[in-house]
Amino acid sequence: MKKLSKLLTTAAIATGLFAGAASAEDMRIALVVKALGIGFFEAAAKGAEEAASELGGVEIIYTGPTDTTAEGQIEVINSLIAQNVDAIAVSANDTDALVPTLKKAMQRGITVISWDSGVAEDGRQMHLNPSSNPLIGNMIIKLAADELPEGGEVAVLSATTTSTNQNIWIEEMNKVMGNYPGVEVVATVYGDDLADKSYREATGLMQSYPDLDAIIAPTSVGIVAAAQAVVDAGKVGQVNVTGLGLPSEMAGAIESGASKSFAIWNPIDLGYSATMIAYHLSKGDAVAEPGASIPMGRMGEVTLDETNSGAMADPFVYDASNIADFKDIF
Amino acid sequence: MSLAETQQTTARHIPDRLTTPLARTLKSWESLLLLVAIGIFILNSFASPYFLNAWNLSDATFNFTEKAMIAFAMALLIISGEIDLSVASIIALASTAMGLVMQAGFGTPAIVATGLVTGLLCGAFNGVLVTRLGLPSIVVTIGTMSLFRGISYIVLGDGAFRGYPSDFAWFGQGYVFWVITVELTIFAILAVIYGIVLHKTNFGRAVYAIGNNATAATFSGIRVERVKFILFLLTGLMSGLASVCLTSRLGSTRPSIASGMELEVVTMVVLGGVSILGGSGSIPGVVIAAFVMGLVTFGLGLLNVPGIVMSIVVGALLIGVIALPRIYQNLRRK
Repeated sequence: MKKLSKLLTTAAIATGLFAGAASAEDMRIALVVKALGIGFFEAAAKGAEEAASELGGVEIIYTGPTDTTAEGQIEVINSLIAQNVDAIAVSANDTDALVPTLKKAMQRGITVISWDSGVAEDGRQMHLNPSSNPLIGNMIIKLAADELPEGGEVAVLSATTTSTNQNIWIEEMNKVMGNYPGVEVVATVYGDDLADKSYREATGLMQSYPDLDAIIAPTSVGIVAAAQAVVDAGKVGQVNVTGLGLPSEMAGAIESGASKSFAIWNPIDLGYSATMIAYHLSKGDAVAEPGASIPMGRMGEVTLDETNSGAMADPFVYDASNIADFKDIF
Repeated sequence: MSLAETQQTTARHIPDRLTTPLARTLKSWESLLLLVAIGIFILNSFASPYFLNAWNLSDATFNFTEKAMIAFAMALLIISGEIDLSVASIIALASTAMGLVMQAGFGTPAIVATGLVTGLLCGAFNGVLVTRLGLPSIVVTIGTMSLFRGISYIVLGDGAFRGYPSDFAWFGQGYVFWVITVELTIFAILAVIYGIVLHKTNFGRAVYAIGNNATAATFSGIRVERVKFILFLLTGLMSGLASVCLTSRLGSTRPSIASGMELEVVTMVVLGGVSILGGSGSIPGVVIAAFVMGLVTFGLGLLNVPGIVMSIVVGALLIGVIALPRIYQNLRRK
C-alpha cells in the first residue's frame, strides 16, 4: 500500500508540475510529431518556439507518441481536441488512419494542417511539404551519382515499407534514373527507422553486393546506421553513404569519409513555417484554398496547389565544407 | 474421516486466486485497484480543467476499449496457463481480409463477418498447434505473430485499403446514445458475458482448474485440450472483433495496424490481477485495469506529458501492483 501511495504521490507531483507549466495564453498551437526523441523533430520544435516568440501570445505544445504508430498519434490528438487547442500541425505516421480523428478536430473548430509527412486531403486544411518531392528524389540520386562519374552500383536503405515520405522520394528518384547513365539501383531494403535493424540491413547489402559503390538512405536514422556499418566493415572510400540526414548526427561520418555529402532541408525552418501557417489560418487572416498564398514570416510565402499543399524550400547539401557550421544547430 | 484428511480435502479445493485466506485478500485486491482508479480520476480532474467533460471522457474510452475486448479472452487464456502473443497480428490479418472483401465490393455485413471469421481461423490455427501438437503456446504465438502480420505485409506491401462503406464507420466512430460509444457498449456487454462465463459456469471452473493443475483437471474428467482450444478460438474471435472496431475507427487498413498492442493487452490482464503463471484472476479486475490504463494515459495526455513518461508511469504501476501482494504476503508472514 505504501509503495502504491508513494507512486501516486509521485504521479500527483509530476502532474502538478506539468499543469503549472501550462499557463493561459492567447493561442495554443500543437506541434504533433511522429514520435518524440527524434533529433529532426526536436529541431522543428525549436523553430516553432522561434515563430511563437516572434508572433507573441502563442503557446507551443510540442507532443507526439513514443512509437511511430497511427494509434499512438490518435490518442495524442484526442487529448489535444479535449484541451480545445487552437491549431494542430501534425507530421503523420499514417496518411489515412488519422483522417477520422482530424475531421473531428476540424468540426470542433480547430485549425488542422499537416507538415513533413502528410495527411489525406479531407483530414487537413493544408499540407506543408519541406521541399518538393521531385527535387528530393533527384537530389538523393544526384548526390550518389556525382561521386560516380564512371557509373556504378547503388542500393537504397529506406525506413519502413509504409513510410509515406520515403516511398514517394524513391518513386521520384526512379523517374529520373535515366539522367544518370551507368548508375544502377541494385536493391532497396528497409531498416524500419530502427538503428540496429538499419545497421544489419546495410551490412547485409555490402555482403550481398561486394561491388556496391553507394548506399542511399533517405532517412535520418538509416543514414547514420549505414555510415557506421561502412566504417565497421572497413569499406570507407569504397562505399559512399548519402541521402538525407541530420548534420549533428552525420558530422562523424563526414569526418571519417564514410559519407561525402548528404542533404536535408532545415527542420528549424520547417517547424517555424508550420507554426506561422497554423497561426495565420487560425487567426483567419489567411485561407487554405487552391492557389492561395499563406505568409510564413522570414521564410516568405507558400503557394498552395490544387490539393492544398505547398513546398517550403529546396533541400540543402551538407559536406565537409559546411558541416561544422551546422552540426551544433540540429 | 480424520481431521488430517478433512484438511487435505480443503487444501485440494481449487481457489479462484492463489492467495489465501481467500475472501479477505480477494476483496482487498479488487477494491485496491478500484481505489487506484478513483484516485487517478480525482487527480486528473484536479490536474486538468478539461478532464471532467462528458465528450472528452467519451473520447478517452477509445484508449482502452479495443484492447479490453481482447483482454477478457486473454484473461481466461492466461488463467488456464496459456498465452496468445499473436493477437495484434490477428488484428492486422483480419483487417487486411476485411479490406480485400471491401474491395471486392461487398457491404458492411460481409466485411464484419470476414473480420470475425478471420479472427476465429487464426485462433483455431494457434489452438491446433498448441493442443494437438502439444507445443508451448508462447513459442507458437511468437511464431504466428510474425506469420499473420507477414501475410498482411505480403498482401498490402506499402499500400493501404481505404474507402470502407460509410455505415461501416458505425463500429468505431458511432454512438449508441449521447456520449456512449458503440465500442464502449460492446466492451460493457462483453464484460458481463465474460464475467458470467468465468465466475458462474462449469466452463469457468474448468479454466481455473486447468490453470492450477492441468493433470489433476484431466483426472477430474475435464477435457483440458478442448477447453484450451475453445479459449484460443475465443481469443481469436475477440481479436477479430477488435479488428472490426479499430479498422472502422481508422477508416483504413495498413499492415502496421495495432503493432505492439499484444503487450498492452497482456499488461492490462496482469494489472487486473490475473496471475501470469495461471490459476487465478477475475474479470472485474480486468475491467478496472482497463479503466485505470485508459484514465492514466488520457489524464497524462491532457497535460501533454510526453509518451515516454506515460510508458514509465504505466510500467511503474504494473510493477507496483504485481509486487504489492508479494510484499503484503511477506509482511503477513513476519
